[in-house]
Amino acid sequence: MSMMSCEKISKTLVSYLDGRASERERASVEEHLKACAECRERAEEFRRLWNVMAEVPAAEPSFGFDARLRQRIASEPRRKLWAWMVPSPRLAASVALLIGLAVFVSVRPRHAQPVNTQASSEEQFQMIQDLGVLENYDVLSNFDALSDLPAAQSSEQPEEKPAGPGGGTGESWNGVAAGLRASEGL
Amino acid sequence: MARSDVQLMLDVKAGDEESFELLLQKYRTPLVNFLCRMVREQGAAEDLAQEVFLRVYRARKEYSPSAKFTTWLFRIATNLALNAIRDGRHRQMQISIDTPRDEDEPVMEIAAREARADERLIEEERNRMIRSAILALPEKQRAAVILHKYQEMEYAEIGKILGCSESALKSLLFRAYETLRVQLALLVARPSAQTAGEGKRS
Repeated sequence: MSMMSCEKISKTLVSYLDGRASERERASVEEHLKACAECRERAEEFRRLWNVMAEVPAAEPSFGFDARLRQRIASEPRRKLWAWMVPSPRLAASVALLIGLAVFVSVRPRHAQPVNTQASSEEQFQMIQDLGVLENYDVLSNFDALSDLPAAQSSEQPEEKPAGPGGGTGESWNGVAAGLRASEGL
Repeated sequence: MARSDVQLMLDVKAGDEESFELLLQKYRTPLVNFLCRMVREQGAAEDLAQEVFLRVYRARKEYSPSAKFTTWLFRIATNLALNAIRDGRHRQMQISIDTPRDEDEPVMEIAAREARADERLIEEERNRMIRSAILALPEKQRAAVILHKYQEMEYAEIGKILGCSESALKSLLFRAYETLRVQLALLVARPSAQTAGEGKRS
């Protein structure tokens, strides 16, 4: 039998009654209703039920609903205008730290520099003073007393910056001597 | 030209508070209506409606128009109402708002009083009976009936709101209306059947 059962009609009866069933569904429901008195009565009572339900008036929002809502919205914690730019506070903190560090490094006064230039010019002056001695390469290279100087240990760093702090006469002299000995060893 | 709900919500997202006001004006009454039929007291329903709007407002920055605005709105409302019903929170949520409330009265007492009541009273009692019968439905059936009958929504949209297939929704609606038909037999049964014998439908 191709006719819908009472159980099957339960899926389509509501959409049949509210007019949203497809053509095919409507035809099969109508076919069933013709044959089934019980479902016919149910369909009738559904219609009446809907009319009765429609009689119940809708409730209106009470006076002051909007005002109350606005008050609640106003007390919501507001986001800062720039908050959208910062995806996370941790990132914000690290960026701020980086910027702070960069500013600190670039702004920091460099006391050492003028002293350094002073020192190196002073040193250069002494080098020039010592040039006479340096010129006499043979004399210097055979001067045994030089190798006994304690500062000769610095020969490991022959290219030691002449601009080093406290680059006094002795030290630069030792450096020169060490350099000489190094070139001698070649 | 009137902006669509989705456009209004996108404007709210962009920081336009006026658009939120427009959405509030448009959906305040349907939402309060829906929630008044979902929970017993109007005060509780209004609290829930406020909560819905508050959630919409809070979610504005994350809003993306993936569904109809009404689907989203009523989904929030339904979930809030179902939660409130399930843990009975709506009783505690009542605040100092003075609105007339339905008394919790058994249907039979209402029926007995009907005889000595005047026209207006009869109408009131009828409405009370219908409201009580709807409130007595299981929550999901209740929501389905209200969205179908009172909000006149499409099956597809109701399905999305309730998180069920259209086919499941149709069965749900059938069961709900069948229950209401039996519960409200006094109002719904054929007049001839009613006069023929009162005991027929008990």
